[in-house]
Amino acid sequence: MSEMTQAHPEYNYKVIRQFAVMTVVWGIVGMGIGVLIAAQLYWPALNFDTPWLTFSRLRPLHTNAVIFAFGGCALFATSYYVVQRTSQVRLFSDKLASFTFWGWQLVILLAAITLPMGITSSKEYAELEWPIDILIALVWIAYIINFFGTVAIRRVSHIYVANWFFGAFMITVAILHIGNNMAIPVSFTKSYSIYAGAVDAMMQWWYGHNAVGFFLTAGFLGMMYYFVPKQAGRPVYSYRLSVVHFWALISLYIWAGPHHLHYTALPDWTQSLGMVMSVILFVPSWGGMINGIMTLSGAWHKLRSDPILRFLIVSLSFYGMSTFEGPMMAIKTVNALSHYTDWTIGHVHSGALGWVAMVSIGSIYHLIPVLFNQSRMYSIKLINVHFWLATIGVVLYIVAMWLSGVLQGLMWRAVNADGTLTYSFIEALEASKPFYFVRFLGGVFVVTGMLIMAYNCYRTITAPKGSLEAIPEPQAA
Amino acid sequence: MHHEFDGIVEINNQLPRWWTILFYVCIVWALFYLALYPGLGNWHGLWNWKSSNQGILSLEESRKAVELAKQNNEIVQYDREVAFAQETFGPIFDAYAKRPIEELARDPEALKVGQRLFSQNCSQCHGSDARGQRGFPNLTDNDWLYGGTPDKIVETLTNGRKAAMPAWLPSMGELGIKELVAYALSLSGRKVDQDLADAGKAKFVVCAACHGQDGKGNHAFGAPNLTDNIWLYGGSEMTVTETLNYGRNGVMPSFKNTLGDQKIHLVAAYVYSLSQDK
Repeated sequence: MSEMTQAHPEYNYKVIRQFAVMTVVWGIVGMGIGVLIAAQLYWPALNFDTPWLTFSRLRPLHTNAVIFAFGGCALFATSYYVVQRTSQVRLFSDKLASFTFWGWQLVILLAAITLPMGITSSKEYAELEWPIDILIALVWIAYIINFFGTVAIRRVSHIYVANWFFGAFMITVAILHIGNNMAIPVSFTKSYSIYAGAVDAMMQWWYGHNAVGFFLTAGFLGMMYYFVPKQAGRPVYSYRLSVVHFWALISLYIWAGPHHLHYTALPDWTQSLGMVMSVILFVPSWGGMINGIMTLSGAWHKLRSDPILRFLIVSLSFYGMSTFEGPMMAIKTVNALSHYTDWTIGHVHSGALGWVAMVSIGSIYHLIPVLFNQSRMYSIKLINVHFWLATIGVVLYIVAMWLSGVLQGLMWRAVNADGTLTYSFIEALEASKPFYFVRFLGGVFVVTGMLIMAYNCYRTITAPKGSLEAIPEPQAA
Repeated sequence: MHHEFDGIVEINNQLPRWWTILFYVCIVWALFYLALYPGLGNWHGLWNWKSSNQGILSLEESRKAVELAKQNNEIVQYDREVAFAQETFGPIFDAYAKRPIEELARDPEALKVGQRLFSQNCSQCHGSDARGQRGFPNLTDNDWLYGGTPDKIVETLTNGRKAAMPAWLPSMGELGIKELVAYALSLSGRKVDQDLADAGKAKFVVCAACHGQDGKGNHAFGAPNLTDNIWLYGGSEMTVTETLNYGRNGVMPSFKNTLGDQKIHLVAAYVYSLSQDK
């Protein structure tokens, strides 16, 4: 890995440094707000009777902060890095790169101000009002131009698989964002969707599920395809598999949205089609997991000594688990039990914390020393501590939500001999209470890990240049 | 074929066989599913299955749609579930429906059913203990806005209620309201400025139209009794002033279409029982 200790003079690392540092910062903020609202669900008094501190206002801030601020910065940082390194060329435009950084930070800042004020379009994961949506669209188009511009001027003949995924993610997110946020403004802070009724719901979940499919999956698969083989020092398992699962994944994901609207006013045929596509989707999803994990063949022993690789490989395991769980939950019969329960929340977090956050954290640990002229992070031990805190935190979180969710689903549908419901809503809520504490605890583990990461990054960045020397790799047993 | 990117080599292993098979199995399953169920636009599926009669807007339309589906031999999942519930649980409710509410109110089994229906349909406003909250009457205190006989309770549940207390600030003025508040509070034995209350008494004739000359209310309008120190919206001087200034609009929804007569019968028995030992 010695070739990475020298920053290539030709590459634009400045924008990557900026995005990488902000990934850690927004990770702490976003997950910290998550812990606060998890605490509010257990101790409602933590609302402090203050409108902007209530769950209803902070929940969209939490989701926007972790998806678009933390996840977004991680994607910007890694895609700008990967596209330069695998195209052997500097970014197409430094000015556009700088614009995307400051533009994206402004979007996040505006979200952090408007959402607690209660300014919202009320579309899940697309809550931001129209002026911010326009800013997002501008930043995003600048990002696309810069990325594809770099690919176009590449000095290698082929386009690396990571860049296919990054490219698909960017284009689709642009279409989704612009499509779903079409609205008629009535004032600077309020607009109404141009869609109505079931069409509006369908548009929203076409967007919503592909925010998962393209923002949180395709983009992060791009990340995986560079950092897993790089960190493992092993060749990518199968080029053929990457071609097949790439095209299968992007052509199936876009249909999966209706599974969020089972047994609603959405026409039956749309629901069935969404379910069918979601179930098939399980196979190409696993294609990505297989390709990532099998890349490690011949290097399994490295997991013993390299906690960064452990982050990456465990993230792939969570990816495999979530992409099995998701299609199962999309089956109508299962959905009848799982829908509207905490099971969904658990599923989202096994994807968001287990897959997205862990693959990002692993990649950032790989990136920080390279970007700041060091051979390694300040403390490998602390990375290991972070790994265990994150893993235990995620497991606590998702197990608590599985139990709570299945319990809710069963209690809501339980009927007495006379056909009346056995439990009132509040009884099911009471039954969930202990699990809400476990969820909060899991969140505390995850955020503690992020704080340790911030400290480790800070020490790495501020250490004298080149002072952190690589630890010799142990020989294979 | 040899690709190398920034030191990363790609090798070209075969697709894992089990993975390829799984893919084909899923695709074949999908074709079967889409043949049997609606999934391809106007194709209704070989099983003629529907989740529900989508697009209906009223109970009337729903009943017609159920009949039509039967004639066309369609499988409507929701209709089937409702029919099953009707068949299984119908006899239980038929039996209860034949017995008078006064009798059911003393039958612990009937009350259990009523209580469950109450906690699922009524507790959101009236509380799980039926003691109400601000703006939603306490059902356990034997103080009734529209009457507490079994018939009246059934009537309230079936048709719902709309209460309207008009706003008096425009016609009475601030001083007039002050006087009326003093008089209204004096009715339940509160200490007030006697001069104000006397002046209010003279103006109370307008209020008496609904609340009665003696202020004891009127079930016909749902006008509350002002003499019993039970307050639907709060009894502080400030709240009563607010009530008089701006009026109040209470709404109890109709449960005729959602619960139906037989279940209303049981809920009524439960609600009736709550104030019987008072």
